[in-house]
Amino acid sequence: MTTGLFFTQLLNGLQLGVLLFLLSAGLTLVFGIMNVVNLAHGSLYMMGAYFAAAGFNAFDGSFLAAALVAIPGTLLLGLAIERLVLSSLYRRDHLDQVLATFGLILFFNEVVRYVWGPSSVYMNVPSWLSGTVNLFGLPYPSYRFAIIAVGLAVGAGLYGVIHRTRVGMLIRAGASNPEMVSALGVNIKGLNTLVFGLGAALAGLAGLMAGPIVSVQAGMGEPILILTLVVIVTGGIGSIRGAFYGALIVGIVDTVGRAFLPGLLREFLDRSVAQAVGPAIASMLIYLLMATVLALKPQGLFPVRHG
Amino acid sequence: MAEPASRITTPRIFATVLLLALGAVPLIAQALGEPFWVTLFTRVLIFALAATGLNLVLGFGAMVSFGHAMYIGIGAYAVGILSFHGVDSGWWQLLAALGVGATVALAVGAICLRTSGMAFIMITLAFAQMLFFLAVSLRDYGGDDGMALKGRSLFGGLDLNNSTVLYYLAYAVLLAVLFAFGRLVNARFGMVLRGCRSNERRMASLGFPTLRYKLSAYVVSALVCVLAGMLMANLTRFVSPSYMAWTVSGELIVMTVLGGLGTLIGPVAGAAALLLVEEGLASLKLGVPWLDTLINQHWLALIGVFIVFVVLVLKQGLYGWLVAREARR
Repeated sequence: MTTGLFFTQLLNGLQLGVLLFLLSAGLTLVFGIMNVVNLAHGSLYMMGAYFAAAGFNAFDGSFLAAALVAIPGTLLLGLAIERLVLSSLYRRDHLDQVLATFGLILFFNEVVRYVWGPSSVYMNVPSWLSGTVNLFGLPYPSYRFAIIAVGLAVGAGLYGVIHRTRVGMLIRAGASNPEMVSALGVNIKGLNTLVFGLGAALAGLAGLMAGPIVSVQAGMGEPILILTLVVIVTGGIGSIRGAFYGALIVGIVDTVGRAFLPGLLREFLDRSVAQAVGPAIASMLIYLLMATVLALKPQGLFPVRHG
Repeated sequence: MAEPASRITTPRIFATVLLLALGAVPLIAQALGEPFWVTLFTRVLIFALAATGLNLVLGFGAMVSFGHAMYIGIGAYAVGILSFHGVDSGWWQLLAALGVGATVALAVGAICLRTSGMAFIMITLAFAQMLFFLAVSLRDYGGDDGMALKGRSLFGGLDLNNSTVLYYLAYAVLLAVLFAFGRLVNARFGMVLRGCRSNERRMASLGFPTLRYKLSAYVVSALVCVLAGMLMANLTRFVSPSYMAWTVSGELIVMTVLGGLGTLIGPVAGAAALLLVEEGLASLKLGVPWLDTLINQHWLALIGVFIVFVVLVLKQGLYGWLVAREARR
């Protein structure tokens, strides 16, 4: 195990982490403010990736076109879902929300199978990001580095909006006491729609950024949705800060664990045993992490401070 | 629920007809020369069993477990792994499945029940995923692809290779569990559990150790799903991680809600309705070729819309609607 390889894997973990952050930020805000569990968030990510691939291929490889199709497209789709399905579920219990959005997942998976066919769709890394960057003597793919940069920029931007602007103040107020905010004359319905749209656009952005490095196919939203759920529960439901740190922790633990745990186990276990249990434990690592966190701190690592 | 057992009500008639009809399926299939029906309806019975198990925590205890598919997986893998090592005796397999299932359910339940609401949904899902990936990494037992069983379980003189025998075994297990649950939810245990559903804090102040009751309910419901898993492995002669995919947990919830949460027969009706609608859509022939192909290939989209419709409109579920109508009279 060389230091260079370790840092590369650490950066890969960071890259998965910021991607997870883009998804969990929206999901955790929607949950924190509207008290809604939206499993279809993974479908929005999938649709974002498909929209991006469609834009990319229609405008012969323009990444800008992909972005201009993916982000507004996902935003509009998210708003449509909010109006048509979720808005009538705000006052219902979590079970109904889980079920309805589970139904939406099945629906969207079949829609993309119908429109784009059952096999994966590909989009390339834009040519101006296809090289590598040199990080302290370590070559790293520019595109992955760009994902990290975009994710961190979005994180900083969200922090600014939520902590420094009037809308952000209303969002925070809405998260801790929606009735009171509404009683003070704020249009809470508008606020809900705004937050949902923001979350959907972020999911679309995540889909766009992930498009060139994963295979874009039906059902691609589900594994990452489950990771996102792990992130927001580990970080503390409803907290942007929790989503940020949770996403980085989960991204890094998952990537680094998968890369090095099997080798590490071989150091002190029998080779055949290590071969068998190494990958198993590596893929279970984040769930073990989440279970440990919840067993010790049921509110998550960075719970929302009320009051 | 408290009405005398002798009164004849619409839900009772419906439940009796449903169970009698399920009991007659092999005879009808034989008379019509459609042996495939027996296999299809064995699946219905197995999922009805699993959904009934889930209903104990979901419907009577209001604990939204999004991970009950993992207990189906434990039951199936207990049969698969023991059969792989040459242990064909169904009794040993049963013992191992229930032992492992109870241990896992106790540990997982004890951790999960520290949380509630959204976090409970997610942590049960996470544990199911953990087991799913564990099964995927079991390369000796087929890993991702799963493995075919050498033979079905041997229970004394029962020949499970005969599909009618397997059907009636599943039917008998389902009836036994329904009978036991019918007693259980109206006993003190069930009353406390239903009390926790309405107001757990009040039950705790009344002096009930609510966590212990909820954990017991969780373990019992898990064990019923383990039984369903064992039957499933015997039906398909195959075990694979896909039995505990998170979508299976989702489908179990759909079946329970579709039939009627917190009713005894609801999950059976829900499982039958969902699986038969799926089967019907996948082989639907309307006589319009392009529409038929579209529906037969993309029927899951219609199921998705159907689920949203059930949640938005048919809130009480099919059987739950009958029960609620009866209660209004």
